[in-house]
Amino acid sequence: MKKLKFSKQHVLFSVLFVSVMLLPFATDALLGRGWVRIVDFAMLYIMLALGLNIVVGYAGLLDLGYIAFFAVGAYCYALTGSPHLALAFPLLFPDGLHLSFWIVLPLAALLAGGFGALLGAPTLRLRGDYLAIVTLGFGEIIRIFMNNLNAPINLTNGPQGISRIDPVSVAGVALNTTQQVFGIELPSVHLYFYLFLSFTALVVFVSRRLEKSRIGRAWMAIREDEIAASAMGINTRNLKLLAFAMGAAFGGVSGTLFAGFQGFVSPESFSLMESVMVLCMVVLGGMGNIYGVILGGLLLALLPEVLRHSVVPLQQALFGRIVIDPESLRMLLFGTALIAVMLYRPAGLWPSGVRRRELESDEVAP
Amino acid sequence: MEIFLQQIINGLVQGSVYALVALGYTMVYGILGLINFAHGEVVMAGAMLALSALTAMIGWGAPPLLALPVSLLFAMAGCMLLGFGIERIAYRPLRHAPRLAPLITAIGVSIVLQNLAMMIWGREYHAFPQLISNHPHQIYGAIINDIQIIIVIMALLIMAALMGVVHRTRLGRSMRAVAENQHAAQLMGVDVNRVISITFMLGSALAAVAGLMVSANYGIAHYYMGFLLGLKAFTAAVLGGIGNLRGAMLGGLLLGLIESLGAGYIGDMTGGFMGSQYQDVFAFFVLIAVLVFRPSGLLGERLAERA
Amino acid sequence: MSEPLLALSGIGKQFGGLAALTDVSLHIRRGEIYGLIGPNGAGKTTLFNVVTGLYQPGCGEFHFDGRSYQTAKPHVLAQAGIARTFQNIRLFANLTALENVMAGRHVRTRAGVFGALFGLKSTRCEERDSTLRARELLRYVGIKKSSQTLAKHLSYGEQRRLEIARALASEPLLLALDEPAAGMNATETEDLKVLLQDIRANGITVMLIEHDVKLIMGLCDRVAVLDYGRKIAEGAPDEVRSNPAVIAAYLGSDDE
Repeated sequence: MKKLKFSKQHVLFSVLFVSVMLLPFATDALLGRGWVRIVDFAMLYIMLALGLNIVVGYAGLLDLGYIAFFAVGAYCYALTGSPHLALAFPLLFPDGLHLSFWIVLPLAALLAGGFGALLGAPTLRLRGDYLAIVTLGFGEIIRIFMNNLNAPINLTNGPQGISRIDPVSVAGVALNTTQQVFGIELPSVHLYFYLFLSFTALVVFVSRRLEKSRIGRAWMAIREDEIAASAMGINTRNLKLLAFAMGAAFGGVSGTLFAGFQGFVSPESFSLMESVMVLCMVVLGGMGNIYGVILGGLLLALLPEVLRHSVVPLQQALFGRIVIDPESLRMLLFGTALIAVMLYRPAGLWPSGVRRRELESDEVAP
Repeated sequence: MEIFLQQIINGLVQGSVYALVALGYTMVYGILGLINFAHGEVVMAGAMLALSALTAMIGWGAPPLLALPVSLLFAMAGCMLLGFGIERIAYRPLRHAPRLAPLITAIGVSIVLQNLAMMIWGREYHAFPQLISNHPHQIYGAIINDIQIIIVIMALLIMAALMGVVHRTRLGRSMRAVAENQHAAQLMGVDVNRVISITFMLGSALAAVAGLMVSANYGIAHYYMGFLLGLKAFTAAVLGGIGNLRGAMLGGLLLGLIESLGAGYIGDMTGGFMGSQYQDVFAFFVLIAVLVFRPSGLLGERLAERA
Repeated sequence: MSEPLLALSGIGKQFGGLAALTDVSLHIRRGEIYGLIGPNGAGKTTLFNVVTGLYQPGCGEFHFDGRSYQTAKPHVLAQAGIARTFQNIRLFANLTALENVMAGRHVRTRAGVFGALFGLKSTRCEERDSTLRARELLRYVGIKKSSQTLAKHLSYGEQRRLEIARALASEPLLLALDEPAAGMNATETEDLKVLLQDIRANGITVMLIEHDVKLIMGLCDRVAVLDYGRKIAEGAPDEVRSNPAVIAAYLGSDDE
């Protein structure tokens, strides 16, 4: 009986694995290449949401400026992996500094984590909503600096952003090109899909390991009752700082990937609304539950795109012309969906598995 | 010296608006412990409604001195209805839900309102009709115009009236009771739902006034104006100590002053490295610094955690 | 006898000009059950919070297990060997019973992020050991429901016992209980009494605040009485019971 169940799980897992591997081809064939790109972005959002889930879902710290760490990672690679530094320091780097993505990645994670700790250190003793506003302020500060650090030294190129960022290359193969593998043609978006998929899998793995560890338990204890946690000997300050830094590091990693994928970064991508969106993914999906967060990330990343592609034809079918500005109608529906989902499922679409775990039989040993 | 005085005046004007909006945030927070993320959009709605009413009435040939108060009342009524609706639809069903659920619905409401406004009023900036004389007065070299004087005086009057309502009336007492302990207030016969609705409506009425003031001062209104204003006002409320009415007023005025002085002097202070585009950075830095030293804001109570 | 486990001398604590504790001195000996009683608002819980590091004393000296602590944080004292429960139960409501107890083992375990990520052998061993110990403790305090039940779904009495299990998980020298019998019926209180005696028999010193005078008298080796933030009596339960100052404090006296 047990064996059967096990193999059933295996089959399920294999089916899931194969369908995910085929996803870019299926998307490409059914919806077109533009959609593969959208799916790639959805993966980035999922990574971000999983990173924020550590901060909000596990440790219970409301962070409204999370996108700042994404920005730190993105600008890290934008500066060191593009010709841009030639503008700022023409003598030092006449062609810019073209560091390899794989060198920048850990550095960006470290730097973003460092920023997380830097922000957290003075502010983590604030109560929930005060922390929220401070993180929000921090996010805005980072964005304003990016917007304005084009003078006196042109570090960020201001609102125009930095372009011509080197693509990510894996084993000498630049991912912005089309590759042939065993006679199968893999366009750039497909290659990036598999790269992002691997990183997402890594983030999921890390989250799962942490969740079921002593550290994860301590985070959740803090989330549930900070005073009781500290009375149990948990150093709440250090652990909150750790959660902040780790979440930030994940953000930095996603940001670096984003810069390499997009080849271009500008402050516009890191507005407060983006932070809010990532938070919505976490809460709407189901705080603290990895699969819920993935679901939330996928839905909220795809929904606006689905709406974008459906409101115009829908209006034309209904009224024969475009009655309402499609962009605002799309966002209107999106906002309504947010409200509706939260009203019907206040704990999120797929809440933390504790309830399920509770139902699983468990003998307290005879 | 003229610059200093001018920045003080600008700061006071901007600060009075922040204070009015911050009061809306702080009242709701005080009673429900909830960040009403959609409040900024209510301000925007107030400005837009007032502007529409004003344009229509001027079109019918109504005298400005009649049109202005009538459109203000119209906007206030509209916003009160809006505030009432928002609470009813997006917050009330979630009163016992996990803490972040109402934050997400609030974000949803704010997206909806913004885009509704975009559908109704379009993406363009709307000019605010010139109704009151915009006559500039010179005070020791600094300039203040009639609209600005009216804004500051009106804001002060409204705040005084609000304090009167909260501290002198039966309604105010119920509000304070609900803020203190919802359950106990209910046991004592306070209609908690009614008090919460009224609180939202009061805050929204203030938001309408603030919306009108902002658009009159800058001469324009726009569907996106609520976002940054709401953000700043919320910052002001936190600066003063969220949940505390006097704190919201103090925080609003201070934030206005800090911003305008910061914008005026930040260039000199950093040797020209940072210009007035860093105004917002300055405001947030001050906020963070204040919270580091006074974690509950300037006038916030120090809540000793009880074991 | 050896030096006391906990020695407080001249502890004072003020809240905005209001003296909650004034010049409180007391010694708790190793292996005893020490009761703290007093009328409502006498400062028992305040003293308790000082002992467990939640409040910093305004003045006075604080020695525990031979070391002096001036401004110790709760987690430092937990590390030193003080574990507590709360008057109004503060469990980690959305964690399972098992996880609650395992969280209590935090100070006695050391696995970090690295070990968790790479599944190091030491981490896995520690985790398995922790789980076993936690299960044992759940059984020990008498929680019969599944260890995977969420703390918030346990009955009131079980929640109280779970708090004790969680506290015991940190292998304390001193177990401090804030009104452990509050809200319990007679049978449950009797079970609790047996449990506490057994805990003491295992070498853990117990300090408790309690309103149930019968429980205190039947359980404690020594009792201290607080009134208006001052210690007005200390000694064996029988002595204390007949102390006129105590009687006055409880019944209210006219000559104040």
